[in-house]
Amino acid sequence: MGVAVSLQNVRKAFGALRAIDGISLEIEEGEFFGLLGPNGAGKTTLISCLAGLARADAGKLSVMGFDVVGDYRETRRRLGIVPQELVFDPFFTVRETLRIQSGYFGVLRNDAWIDELLENLDLSQKADVNMRSLSGGMKRRVLIAQALVHKPQVIVLDEPTAGVDVELRQILWQFIRRLNREGHTVILTTHYLEEAESLCGRIAMLNRGRVVALDTTRNLLAENANRVLSMRLKNGNILPEALRSRSVLDQGHWVFRLDALEDIEPLLAAVRESAQVFEELQLLQTDLEDVFVRVMRGNDGIGKSDEKGATV
Amino acid sequence: MSGFGTLLHKEVLRFWKVGFQTIAAPVLTSLLYLLIFSSVLDTQTRINGIRYMSFLIPGLVMMSVLQNAFANSSSSLIQSKVTGSVIFVLLPPIGYIEFFMAYMTAAALRGVMVGFGVFAVTCGFSPLAFAAPGWIFVFFAMGGALMGAFGIVAGIWADKFDQLAGFQNFLIMPLTMLSGVFYSIHSLPAFWQKVSHFNPIFYMIDGFRYGFFGVSDAAPELSLVVGLASLFIVAALALLMLRSGYKLRY
Ligand SMILES: Nc1ncnc2c1ncn2[C@@H]1O[C@H](COP(=O)(O)OP(=O)(O)O)[C@@H](O)[C@H]1O
Ligand SMILES: [Mg+2]
Repeated sequence: MGVAVSLQNVRKAFGALRAIDGISLEIEEGEFFGLLGPNGAGKTTLISCLAGLARADAGKLSVMGFDVVGDYRETRRRLGIVPQELVFDPFFTVRETLRIQSGYFGVLRNDAWIDELLENLDLSQKADVNMRSLSGGMKRRVLIAQALVHKPQVIVLDEPTAGVDVELRQILWQFIRRLNREGHTVILTTHYLEEAESLCGRIAMLNRGRVVALDTTRNLLAENANRVLSMRLKNGNILPEALRSRSVLDQGHWVFRLDALEDIEPLLAAVRESAQVFEELQLLQTDLEDVFVRVMRGNDGIGKSDEKGATV
Repeated sequence: MSGFGTLLHKEVLRFWKVGFQTIAAPVLTSLLYLLIFSSVLDTQTRINGIRYMSFLIPGLVMMSVLQNAFANSSSSLIQSKVTGSVIFVLLPPIGYIEFFMAYMTAAALRGVMVGFGVFAVTCGFSPLAFAAPGWIFVFFAMGGALMGAFGIVAGIWADKFDQLAGFQNFLIMPLTMLSGVFYSIHSLPAFWQKVSHFNPIFYMIDGFRYGFFGVSDAAPELSLVVGLASLFIVAALALLMLRSGYKLRY
């Protein structure tokens, strides 16, 4: 498999603000790649540079081996962008919108695929409705269909599910997963980290225009997995001073971040030796949100101690 | 090339779907101009030996072509910029020349359609000649193209609707009104005659009128040269803006 998207030392500033501050990434063909980061991290700007909506100040961007500046026709033909903003052209119906968009890409007589898109995004009923009279969620579906109308090899979705109902999220992911299985490369930015966790094979985390973490989702989770132990002692029981200094008190729970799973046994032994009684003991499972929070805090925070861990 | 074809088709559909506003309304406006001016002014007045009402008709036709061509490309661009839907034409592999040609051609088509409409509803009011029909078509097309291209420049430059309205009210309207639509510039004081000779729109209207009556204030060849030179300059400016991505790609 070749490289679908290659970014080399990309920079883009708005005045003094360095929105993209030297990003290098390679995304392989067929990947389902996540681009995560807080608001203002530079995700949309990066996508805009890739799509040619913005021009990078420096660096090299290519799509399927073509340069986004020099070979812009080749790269744009291969890219399908779902923009973050909900935009639409009020003059046309859904079907007209899709036919026009298809024509822009040089794909004429594309009705079979347009019908399939309408079907898969549950838009068939709305095919002849004017864009103006669609609800926000429906407009979002049309935006997605527009991005896919020329069967792009690389699909980029910029927060496609922000403010969208559960139904559309399910419909959308089912469809995008299928396209990914069929060989399309997918790049996704989202605020829903559980979405990224279940969909993306590899993830780059961005902060202030830089890549601050880049690994497979599995590795990102494994690095932190099962290493957070949370315990509550019976009323009146006091954690020995030596242990107290190693943990953080969070709503009555003592939370330990352990370096390795093997460290659990000595810890429990130490508590028992001091003759304290547990009321509750949990080994918390890390999710992507923990990883995200930790990475964004600069690797010094403690995982969010939610209640989804398995009780030991 | 299909990018150009589709973009042209879309731009034509855009005004055609709201044809009542974009075609019928300006035709009606021109008809009102004709009725008002010709009833206020003495119908026996002659300009360059032509009955006033006959003189007025080609002027109104050309004015409609110019104003509507400008309105079409400029409003389409500003609207898509303001709503953000401009990305639909920025994301596809459409080159800047195709982009320019599509917007200009659609604008010229709207101008010409309105021009035909104005001609159709006004030509019955007063006898017209067709002394040199070739010139009629040349100026028809050139006027639409010129103002279509100018509308692209204005539509890209303006960030808001009121900036565009300012452009229209303080530049396009005065230039068209002071271009000899309603009078011969020979009836103006010497100073304003001189000023009119710096107004490209004067040449568009004058050359167009020559096609009907075979008489004009300026030589039609001169008007043609001025028109082509203006078109060249405005088109070059629009193309430079589009190529650099000025105000469209950041
Ligand atoms: N057109 C622009 N002009 C000025 N600043 C911008 C522009 N677009 C984005 N920015 C700034 O660049 C930074 C990155 O923005 P963006 O790429 O939208 O982030 P994200 O998509 O990750 O939320 C932000 O600080 C934002 O305010
Ligand atoms: Mg964004």
